[in-house]
Amino acid sequence: MPSSQPLRARAREPIPINVHAADNLRFIRETMERAGSFTAVPGWGGVGMGIMALAAGVAAARQSSVEARLGIWVGAAFPAVLVGVWAMARKARANRIPLLSGAGRKFALSLAPPIIAGALLTMALDPAGYAGLIPGVWLLLYGAGIVTGGAFSVRIVPVMGLCFMLLGAVALFAPPAWSDAFLAAGFGGLQIVFGIIIARRHGG
Amino acid sequence: MARQTALVEDRHARARAEGRPRAAEARPLDLDRLIHERMRLGIVSALAVNESLSFNDLKKLLKTTDGNLSVHARKLEEAHYISCEKFFQGRLPKTEYRLTSAGRRALERYLTHMEALIQATRER
Repeated sequence: MPSSQPLRARAREPIPINVHAADNLRFIRETMERAGSFTAVPGWGGVGMGIMALAAGVAAARQSSVEARLGIWVGAAFPAVLVGVWAMARKARANRIPLLSGAGRKFALSLAPPIIAGALLTMALDPAGYAGLIPGVWLLLYGAGIVTGGAFSVRIVPVMGLCFMLLGAVALFAPPAWSDAFLAAGFGGLQIVFGIIIARRHGG
Repeated sequence: MARQTALVEDRHARARAEGRPRAAEARPLDLDRLIHERMRLGIVSALAVNESLSFNDLKKLLKTTDGNLSVHARKLEEAHYISCEKFFQGRLPKTEYRLTSAGRRALERYLTHMEALIQATRER
């Protein structure tokens, strides 16, 4: 007896047009978010922050006490953050994407917890007499934030974070007298070098 | 996939032969088949949030092959949706793509179209 089954498998249910349209919109948004990682980290902003860090390094080296040196670095961090945020906003605007959407938001949210941890550790380590460890902690945590924030970005961003972490790890075990040199090399040197690379390769 | 692409190309060729407007100049409610294809939609979307992207950046981002990317990029280039610049960086040849204003308008039109489709279905 012949089989009653059709020769060809029954065609799948058609996808409703609104589902297809929503899927296309999701695809566009996800592609833009992933591609936005290319631009979320501002290269020229990093260069600006690096130059400010080098200036802070020169000023800090003239101070005699560890606290005064750290004070200069903390003081330089605020305008540097403003420059970074301004550069990020400018880059987002140039690419017609909202600052806090997609890659920009991911990067900011990943960077914020290590920065807060660094601030709290600074407040705890300094009075306890471990001020010499603070530069290593700053570099290590800033690097960790960049690695996680740039995990889904272009390779150069997590590589920059790893360089910061490496420098921070070395700084933790180096003599405290070298701390300004480590901070200047990291927040100054690394930011400028990677900033130029990001700016030239990834649109500013 | 190849058949679908061929059909789209036929449609464009017919449109050109009949003097009808190309996808770029089509009425707002006409679906722009040129960027409706996933790979091309990916290329245009990625370039919309970047000033420019290299061939290798796009290839990694869209997880595709050299051949596939270059075929689809060329179609977009022929429609003047993207521009392509080839140059040497040291001894290495580089290819960089940018979205043109026609490409950006096409993407905006496509987004409007998709949103309108969703809206129309909701209102039913």
